[in-house]
Amino acid sequence: MTPILSVRSLTKSYGRIIGCLDVSFDLYPGEVMGIVGESGSGKSTLLNCTSGQLAPDIGQVVFDTRGDGPRDTLTMSEPERRMLSRTDWAFVHQNPRDGLRMAVSAGGNVGERLMATGARHYGNIRAEAEDWLGRVEIDAARIDHRPATFSGGMQQRLQIARNLVTGPRLVFMDEPTGGLDVSVQARLLDLLRGLVHRHRLSAIVVTHDLAVVRLLADRLMVMKDGHVVETGLTDQVLDDPQEAYTQLLVSSVLQV
Amino acid sequence: MTEQGYNFAYLDEETKRMIRRAILKGVAIPGYQVPFASREMPMPYGWGTGGVQVTAATLMPEDTLKVIDQGADDTTNAVSIRRFFEKTAGVRTTTDTREASIIQTRHRIPETQLTDDQILVYQVPIPEPLRFLEPRETETRKMHALEDYGLMHVRLYEDIAQHGRIARAYAYPVRVEDRYMMDPSPIPKFDNPKLESRALQLFGAGREQRIYALPPYTRAVSLDFEDYPFEASRANQCCALCGCTKSYLDEIVTDDVGGRMFVCSDTDYCRRRVENAA
Repeated sequence: MTPILSVRSLTKSYGRIIGCLDVSFDLYPGEVMGIVGESGSGKSTLLNCTSGQLAPDIGQVVFDTRGDGPRDTLTMSEPERRMLSRTDWAFVHQNPRDGLRMAVSAGGNVGERLMATGARHYGNIRAEAEDWLGRVEIDAARIDHRPATFSGGMQQRLQIARNLVTGPRLVFMDEPTGGLDVSVQARLLDLLRGLVHRHRLSAIVVTHDLAVVRLLADRLMVMKDGHVVETGLTDQVLDDPQEAYTQLLVSSVLQV
Repeated sequence: MTEQGYNFAYLDEETKRMIRRAILKGVAIPGYQVPFASREMPMPYGWGTGGVQVTAATLMPEDTLKVIDQGADDTTNAVSIRRFFEKTAGVRTTTDTREASIIQTRHRIPETQLTDDQILVYQVPIPEPLRFLEPRETETRKMHALEDYGLMHVRLYEDIAQHGRIARAYAYPVRVEDRYMMDPSPIPKFDNPKLESRALQLFGAGREQRIYALPPYTRAVSLDFEDYPFEASRANQCCALCGCTKSYLDEIVTDDVGGRMFVCSDTDYCRRRVENAA
């Protein structure tokens, strides 16, 4: 099977400070990979380099495109990369304000990617937006409300709908549940798990919340100081950590 | 030299050359905003400094100039710009659209069809159609370069969602020759179909330092949705002076008890219709 995304020796430094160093991994279709680590361990740098928001110093990010098979996204032209980032890719920001247009209604937010890829029929765009609001459990009556009037959890769900509307195959998530209270987190995770399963999405989830990866991720990558210190199946890494740092990380979780 | 000691049409020759280069580039790439080194003009920004500079650079001694402001030849802005060029260039001026070789306009296209030996110069306040959607210039330039225009449709979508129709009535964006998105300056959308014209159309934005152009017979398509097509709207009335039912109308409040009348916004067109009827 061809990996949907294959990252090779990705390195990014900020002057003398290392963002991430020599990271390689493969992601297969339908697989969800979690990246955990403390703040400053390079997980966001890795995510941004992989999703094309940041240019790495060295490395390859090979994506299995629909049209011409595996291609290095770093050597693609800007229009191609933009097209990719609004069709086959999706990026869910930690703060929904970064991923949504707060001055545009919920329907407009969901419809933006459709219109950017050439949809020009208002009725169809609106129907699609309504459908997706339903899938992320937002009342269709709120389609014309601005996201500023939504609760934090709703905003995050709206951001997910906005990203998934064009049927992407690869989703990048940066702390998707950060800043939400636990009951809302639980519902959001439930929803994400359902969507990932139903649409057979591949996803990379960056988080420092081990509970999130246990629920969502099939495979886990633990990072520290820009290095990958441990990889493996999620249950295996969390239940039987090998590296000292991973052991510390796992044992630091509060048991309630 | 004119008698007041100004160089012909106020600007020095080097400046005019610089502006002409920008105009030529604009004509070569229809709808593309060409940056130019806009000069201080002896009038405040917002009074047509961009249009005046373009007019000054295209004006020849044998030209006949007409200046309109919202269609009218007799409003402050139109009168002062016309006097400005009478004084600094000594060119003939007119109010008759058919006689003019250069027409500087603020926010209207004349009702009379223009010919291929005329130039229409627009005064533009904000040349960037995406500005209120994306405040960063670096980003809007990139969007133009990559033809990334989905955002404008988001705005039209919002209009329909809120008002049930595309509510934008002026400065209605057009796509030029399937390439650049262009702000036609704040003309009413009634005028949009007239953008596909026989005359050369030049757009000057003084404060924003941009010049762009629509060469004759260039396609300029107003954006819309398949199920909400573009409509060139006008007040559903006839002109109280000339009885015209096809022209763009101004609504004028005549007293403070609710009295109002609709008259042609193009004063020259209206006057000629009244004279012909008499």
